[in-house]
Amino acid sequence: MESLVLLVPLSVALVFLIGALFWRALQGGQFDDLERPGIDVLSDDR
Amino acid sequence: MSAPAVCFHCGLPVPAGGRWSARLLGEVRQFCCAGCAAVAQTIAAGGFSSYYETRTAPAERAAALSPAAIYDEPLAQKQFAWESGPGEAGATLVLERVRCSACLWLIEQTLRAVPGVRSAVVNYATHRAQVTWDRAATRPSALIEAIRRVGYDAAPFDPAREDARERAAQRQGLWRLFVAGFGAMQVMMYAFPAYIDEGAGTLSRESESLMRWAGLLLTLPVIAFASGPFFEGAWRELKRLRPGLDTPIAIGIAAGFVASAWATLVGEGPVYFDSIAMLVFLLLGARFLESSARRRATRSLDRLARWSPSFAIRLAQDGGTRKIPAHELGRGDRVLVPPGERVPADGRVESGRSSVDESLLTGESRPVAKGPGAALVGGSVNREQPLVMRVERAGSGARAAVLARLVEAAAATRPRLVAGADRLASALTWVVLAAAMAAGLWHRDFWIAATVLVVACPCALALAAPIALTAATGQLAARGVALTRTAALEALERATDIVLDKTGTLTEGRFRVARVHVLARSSEAQCRALARALEASSRHPLAEAFAAGPQGPAVSEPVNVPGQGIEARVEGVRLRIGTEAFCRELCAHPPPPFALPEAAFTPVFLAGEEAFLAVFLLEDEPRPEAAAAVRALKGAGLRVHLLSGDAAKVAARVGARLGIETCTGEATPAAKLAYVARLQSEGRVVAMVGDGLNDAPVLARADVSFAMGAGADAAQLHSDFVLTGNALGEVPATLALARRAMRIVRQNFAWALAYNAIALPLAAAGLIGPFEAAVGMTASSFVVVLNALRVGRAREQPWKASSSSSLSPSRSFS
Repeated sequence: MESLVLLVPLSVALVFLIGALFWRALQGGQFDDLERPGIDVLSDDR
Repeated sequence: MSAPAVCFHCGLPVPAGGRWSARLLGEVRQFCCAGCAAVAQTIAAGGFSSYYETRTAPAERAAALSPAAIYDEPLAQKQFAWESGPGEAGATLVLERVRCSACLWLIEQTLRAVPGVRSAVVNYATHRAQVTWDRAATRPSALIEAIRRVGYDAAPFDPAREDARERAAQRQGLWRLFVAGFGAMQVMMYAFPAYIDEGAGTLSRESESLMRWAGLLLTLPVIAFASGPFFEGAWRELKRLRPGLDTPIAIGIAAGFVASAWATLVGEGPVYFDSIAMLVFLLLGARFLESSARRRATRSLDRLARWSPSFAIRLAQDGGTRKIPAHELGRGDRVLVPPGERVPADGRVESGRSSVDESLLTGESRPVAKGPGAALVGGSVNREQPLVMRVERAGSGARAAVLARLVEAAAATRPRLVAGADRLASALTWVVLAAAMAAGLWHRDFWIAATVLVVACPCALALAAPIALTAATGQLAARGVALTRTAALEALERATDIVLDKTGTLTEGRFRVARVHVLARSSEAQCRALARALEASSRHPLAEAFAAGPQGPAVSEPVNVPGQGIEARVEGVRLRIGTEAFCRELCAHPPPPFALPEAAFTPVFLAGEEAFLAVFLLEDEPRPEAAAAVRALKGAGLRVHLLSGDAAKVAARVGARLGIETCTGEATPAAKLAYVARLQSEGRVVAMVGDGLNDAPVLARADVSFAMGAGADAAQLHSDFVLTGNALGEVPATLALARRAMRIVRQNFAWALAYNAIALPLAAAGLIGPFEAAVGMTASSFVVVLNALRVGRAREQPWKASSSSSLSPSRSFS
């Protein structure tokens, strides 16, 4: 059970890290157009 | 596969004995018109045939559009385009007539193929294109015309309508959703050990405390940031002492969090972190889906965001003139408005007399006479003489801009049933608060009061309507029906009568002169020329029939009487064109008798003061899908009426062909309004389908209204549904969908109320623990969501290309 003392705070830190990553992706405009990527894979590259 | 003859491009039925066909994708394809055939051939010639395999909706029928050369003016480019590099310009284009994602792909490829275009990126979510081009190699009009050649339309985006704010709001919404969703997921992990332990003692006290603190830490951002909209909403409601749905939600969340945080601090009592975070996530998810569905549905009305050519000729003190962009105008400027130009801002006439067409703003197609001192509305069109005006309001304060905002506001209205839910929530809030207080005092236990607050949080009630309505809105958008006012779904469900306009609605509205009876001594060519000249100022569908005639003489003082005709002077002689009654007012002598063929012709009379000159017989075929649509509407239990400005005989004839019993002809806009008002006074709920300018007042008056996408802007502004695909068959389909959606909304409300009615007493009696509370709340919300998703269902897609291609996503099941 001692491992929990280390693992639980670690998971909390991980959550905040992932949150920060998502924030960067969001501000980078990655989610501004959610419909396009699904269509792009169907069309030929030109 | 191509069993029913539908146009390969736009999916509308091919007329009998179809004349247009072309070899595409290895097969001979039929088309409904020359326009569609040309567009399809252009697409194939460009090497973009895979559009037909990947699209998920048929294209819009090809149409003729006004020239795009106006966008090349240096002054115009300065307004909508920006310098993106040396000798390079960039602009955002609003794309129109787009039906599905493949359309956007096609537009992007077409733009990239235009010589001189450096980059072109289409945003699939907003239907806007970012383009940069080499100033030396191409012009904006070349880009727009390239888009038009493949059957779409585009116009520069008005930079005055800053979309950065819109984008920021959308990102904010997504960020809140992520915080709530990810927080809920992780908090659930920390809550899980306590659920499986359930007092067995396998979980040490220290470990449990650690889990609780971790849960508290991660619920904090969910409460402090992600739940912001609920607390703001509740604060607004409480300030007005009218609690709506946000108040009980906010109280439930806050009570649950405070109770759990206190339990964590003292190490005693239950924690609800997981259910609170989950609840916030579900509610935010519903709101996010709802707002994106509404954005998508109103996207077809994006024309309001188009940059429109707006220049003003400012008069300087010394009498000189300068052409400037309209947005640079200020209060007190003197402006010259030449005939045929738009009034650039709101103001008053200083000198000059003319008539002004305000139809775009008021729906009134009759030009309004203006003299010195009269008020002018920005966006209206000066018809005859130059006017000098003094500006009172320019830019975003002007009336046209206000109108655009009104339309946006109307889109946010809620159905009565949903407004009722808000009132119910208001009452429920007091009941819940009282019950929680009473239960807490009775048991002398704070936790029971907190459980009551959490359990009774009307999560399911808040989700009941929005998800179902969102699903309906999305389903309609996929069918080519734009819902501009959500409340209309409820009105449509209750509709007992449907009134159909004839011209342009039941029929294509494309008239042609079938026969000419010359009644006086002039020749047929002369009469046609006069008719063309008189009708030149009108936008009535009948007027277009004359545009093919020989060039006419100049006319002056045209006066357009809606539903009747046009009077004007030609070489000093007063002439009228229009209905027989209208011409009789001018000409005392009745027309010589002639044999009016009994077929569905619309007679248009031309008369001078002395004698009737001619009668033109126009014909207009009903839309191919009209009869089936009328049958379906009758099958749905509606009384179908036909209301037309045309002669009673023609209306009766068309009505008989389509199986409509109650037909009324010779209806002026005022008579149409009275007709609908009379039905309403009999307690009937009236739906109206129309397209023209003269229908705008009736469309606004009817309980629920449909406008054809090809119709006048004013008609669309006044209507609840816009049939962007111009397919009349979608009216009964929309009715069926509205009925299904409202039935599901009612089921959801019943379920949510039943849940609260059972859970509240149980919690107050202290029979429900935190575990049961969390499960019950989440389960009731999921039931509501799953039920709501039944609204949307797919249907057959006969217009899909049937070539064998591994790219096509639908081959596997069709």
